[in-house]
Amino acid sequence: MQASSTLAAIPRPAPPVPPLSHLDALESEAVHIFREVAGEFDRPVILFSGGKDSTLLVHLARKAFWPAPMPFPLLHVDTGHNFPEVLRFRDELARSLGARLVVAHVQDWIDDGRLTERADGTRNPLQTVPLLDTIAANRFDAVFGGGRRDEERARAKERIFSLRNAFGQWEPKRQRPELWNLYNGRHRPGEQVRVFPLSNWTELDVWRYIEREGIELPEIYYAHERPVFRRDGMWLTEGPWFGPRPDEHVETRLVRYRTVGDGSCTGAVESSARTVGEVIAEVSASRLTERGATRADDRLSEAAMEDRKREGYF
Amino acid sequence: MTQLLRLATAGSVDDGKSTLVGRLLHDTKSVLADQLAAVERASVDRGLSTPDLSLLVDGLRAEREQGITIDVAYRYFATPRRSFVLADTPGHVQYTRNTVTGASTVQLAMLLVDARKGVVEQTRRHAAVLALLGVPELVLVVNKIDLVGYAEAVFQEISAEFRGHAAALGYAASDVVCVPVSALAGDNVVEPSVNTPWYDGPTLLHHLETVPVAPDPHERPFRFPVQQVIRPRTAEHPDYRGYAGQVAAGVVRPGDEVVVLPSGRPSTVTGIHTPDGPLAAAQAGRSVTLLLADEVDVSRGDLIASASAPPQLTDELDATLCWLHETPLRPGARVLVKHGTRTVPAIVTALVSRFDEQTLSNTDAPESFTLNDIGRARLRTAEPLPVDEYTQDRRTGAFLVISPADGATLAAGLVGAPLPVL
Repeated sequence: MQASSTLAAIPRPAPPVPPLSHLDALESEAVHIFREVAGEFDRPVILFSGGKDSTLLVHLARKAFWPAPMPFPLLHVDTGHNFPEVLRFRDELARSLGARLVVAHVQDWIDDGRLTERADGTRNPLQTVPLLDTIAANRFDAVFGGGRRDEERARAKERIFSLRNAFGQWEPKRQRPELWNLYNGRHRPGEQVRVFPLSNWTELDVWRYIEREGIELPEIYYAHERPVFRRDGMWLTEGPWFGPRPDEHVETRLVRYRTVGDGSCTGAVESSARTVGEVIAEVSASRLTERGATRADDRLSEAAMEDRKREGYF
Repeated sequence: MTQLLRLATAGSVDDGKSTLVGRLLHDTKSVLADQLAAVERASVDRGLSTPDLSLLVDGLRAEREQGITIDVAYRYFATPRRSFVLADTPGHVQYTRNTVTGASTVQLAMLLVDARKGVVEQTRRHAAVLALLGVPELVLVVNKIDLVGYAEAVFQEISAEFRGHAAALGYAASDVVCVPVSALAGDNVVEPSVNTPWYDGPTLLHHLETVPVAPDPHERPFRFPVQQVIRPRTAEHPDYRGYAGQVAAGVVRPGDEVVVLPSGRPSTVTGIHTPDGPLAAAQAGRSVTLLLADEVDVSRGDLIASASAPPQLTDELDATLCWLHETPLRPGARVLVKHGTRTVPAIVTALVSRFDEQTLSNTDAPESFTLNDIGRARLRTAEPLPVDEYTQDRRTGAFLVISPADGATLAAGLVGAPLPVL
């Protein structure tokens, strides 16, 4: 008795704290970025499509301000070619969060002549104008995107805080040096800052974190039977906007989506991965990048993504 | 549980940095088939006989046209032991500011030299920048060792010269590792080379996987810049009041005595909250929400610090600046200083000296700092800031100098004189 109370009275050095795991380090970095933006901008918004990266963004934003509600509205540019399962998921998540969801319909811009449908029917490049118009109309000054540097070579040079001029354009040579974790979000009226909290995550990190946190995703990320047809080496889904053309043959395959975007240019991959664990095993073994496997729009030229970013794309 | 190592590359033009990075990605199986196919296609288009691995990393149109790297590119690769975030920085003198950017967050830097040229002006310049920014570990990659016939004497001579320079910059011998490499052929990058039997050190990747990740921020006094006050005011949490931030240095535990700066009010930490439950301790790098015992006035921009070892509170900054902007700095300039989560107006009261990274000497009282200059300056801030010496704390010893006119980042600021030769 005596001995133990004497022992307790001697201050012992606290046990050492182990270093953060790499997922904890990535989570803490993203949370720090969300809080910086909330502290330094007047009208931030999260780009939210219902896809896995933007769903992860929302999950991290909620964690950053817990137990207070997430202080950002959501913005989606709907090409009109989106997957119904994903739109349903988008609406349900926004409703459960009590978050305001702003949707810019590309169709509205086509209907009133501000945009013209492309000959190939792809609407991915048409998203830029509705995005910039909606940002301006709502006076959003910081726009969170789910872009990751591992996705593509031009994205690899993107800052976490990326200043865009009044035309929403990215100028690679005018990017600010980004030092330590001191983010400079100062901008002139009309300018905006795109913010990428997932910059340092890889596709595999995203899936491992989704598994760890039990984050729900639209079901099309997991293997399912779907009528598809082959175009440009990808499996595209049947749909009123996408085809198939008369010479394209529709067949039912077991597939899943690695990325989710405009249905006319997002391909499915053949897969039997029905659970998060199976997806992680599949991604680990994959010999193709997610954009290479599924995005026709990045194949246009060596600098396709850089050119679209210069125009004001995500 | 894998850990994250942040590292950077540096070196002059044509030392083969992008090729080395391409090699690391390729040999760790981080390059996937479609990326490799794109590189092979582009290499054939350029009339090259073998795939140019640098095309994997040079992402911008101007870079591929000029065959050089302009901007910091971030690359990701992983082995079963570690995940790596690699900042690939450009070698051209006019892009040195990007080396500063890349080096500010990393724990290790790989500095490349061409075995045929040895240590050159840009090597010394980059080493000084890396030392200044407090990069704890250096690796000298003596590249193109195949082009000097794998000669041990060449490697030894270059290593000895570089070690001398690094020692003058304050590096201990144990913090510098030199590796003979051919990025093109793969010697000593992932696998030990049969061509360098005289070399018994680690391969580059083995060293990256095993070098201790700098534990220093954990042993420093606790520092916590407040980003947000969390006040839900909901039915569930009517009176909740927490202070959100990322631990900048040290460790915090419930019961710790702290002080809120600049007000100087003391308090006690009563809880460390996360959405996943309370923590018994939070270490540097962790984003958390702190609860304090007292109803003290705390807001964004304040710093919560260890009460027994608080930082210095001052409105006179004696600092080292890395000038990163085309517009020169002259004494009397009005600027903004961003330190932690606080931004305050400041006046540059004096330019004390300009540092020459070649000769490691100083010129007193220069008229101006121009792009890429490093030098000592004095600033007076409109409000006192809680600062540490940069050598003591890479987070609370660092600040940005920002243009009040257009918001441009003008300089990286480091409190004190982080190099012995400054």
